[in-house]
Amino acid sequence: MVGELVTQLTSPSFISHVVATVLALLIAIVIAVAIAVPSGLVLGSVPAVRHATRAVIEFLRPIPSVALIPLALVMLGFGPETKITLAVYAALWPILFNTIYALDELDPLLVDTARVFGTGRMGVLFLVALPSALPFVLTGIRLAATTALIVMVSVELMAGSQIGIGYFIMEARSGPGRMDQVLVGTVVAGTIGVLLNNGLERVRRRWVAW
Amino acid sequence: MSNMLEVADLGHTYGDHEAIGGLSFTVRAGELVCVVGPSGCGKSTLLRTISGLVAPSRGDVSLHGSHLAVVFQDYSRSLFPWLSVQGNVEFPLRSLPRAERRARAAEALEWVGLGGAARKRPWQLSGGMQQRVAIARALAYRPSLLLMDEPFASVDAQTRFELEDLLLRVRREHDTTVLVVTHDIDESVYLGDRILVLSGSPARLVADLEVPLPAERDQVTTRTDEAFVELRSKVARLLNVGKPTMDVEKWAAAERESLSETVSS
Repeated sequence: MVGELVTQLTSPSFISHVVATVLALLIAIVIAVAIAVPSGLVLGSVPAVRHATRAVIEFLRPIPSVALIPLALVMLGFGPETKITLAVYAALWPILFNTIYALDELDPLLVDTARVFGTGRMGVLFLVALPSALPFVLTGIRLAATTALIVMVSVELMAGSQIGIGYFIMEARSGPGRMDQVLVGTVVAGTIGVLLNNGLERVRRRWVAW
Repeated sequence: MSNMLEVADLGHTYGDHEAIGGLSFTVRAGELVCVVGPSGCGKSTLLRTISGLVAPSRGDVSLHGSHLAVVFQDYSRSLFPWLSVQGNVEFPLRSLPRAERRARAAEALEWVGLGGAARKRPWQLSGGMQQRVAIARALAYRPSLLLMDEPFASVDAQTRFELEDLLLRVRREHDTTVLVVTHDIDESVYLGDRILVLSGSPARLVADLEVPLPAERDQVTTRTDEAFVELRSKVARLLNVGKPTMDVEKWAAAERESLSETVSS
């Protein structure tokens, strides 16, 4: 299997599968952050919006992303947009809820301090609430990245794509039945998860070490 | 001397709890006034209404200057942990050009003896140093009035003396008008040009005392000065006067309540 790992890691076609998955994953995480953080800031700081949207959120959140795969395939086809959309959906929740939670935990004294120095509502949101929420948001992103990877590989496995690490595993299993290649695919998928997790943890320690 | 702050018939009620019951006083420009009162008497509410964080239920607060700054007791929760020491001091100066902001922050940090700590994060400093950062931030803002809420209550005794002397020095050097809220009688006498003594809840003004001590003070000699000792005793007596009456009132109210319960059942 080690020999097969070396062979695959030097094979351009395998590398392109890995790159496809990682790239789609990164795009999904960026989109999820761009949606979930602003939404979390609004939901966390305007209780009226939070109450109004509670029913919808409580309905959508428990739906397993994987259960949405057949529907997404029908609606979005077999291109990368399907796996990205589903990964975004899965990644949204941990980031959103961590952002809301962070705003609940915002120290009122920090807000008072900003206010006595003439900071308005928007200033408090962007100069105090957002930076103070950052550690929680980053933890949310770290959790979301792992979930997004699971969903992404799942979609690829279910033929929702013609390229990607999941597709590679699927091909190796169904065609020649190469279990060594299946294992290589699995190990590499796991390694992507570990690297992503450690990378984000390092970012957190480097930039938000308080 | 002109008045910097005028407080007229200021009152505040939370629900049915009256925290402040009609306070009137003034703070003159350049003066350091200490507000002393028993714990939980509404001192913090007073500070919050003056600083504009809370709109008072009644009465007026007028500041004859552009803006004020506040130093809170809990320095560790009042400094922004994601900003450097310099970033914290620059926070109130956001509207100024970058170069001026830098210069004013550096200057204020020099005043409090923290010129070398500008790049550190607040949580890398000791408690006393963190409170000095908070003081530097307030001074860099060049406030017409500096409000301080129990500013030295969370540091050890040694640091407290240092910070008290630091406050006396910077307000003398920069002619800052200061209002310090404290529960510590000794501190109010040591720091103040004037002391406002408050009663227990709801806070009312019991006495407005001039401090007959020279501007130059010293932790050892001032505290043994006859005038210091005399004034400290006087404030202590004033603060204790309020207590028994309050307790008697509470006791009487409880008794009336239990009596009415007996009658109704």
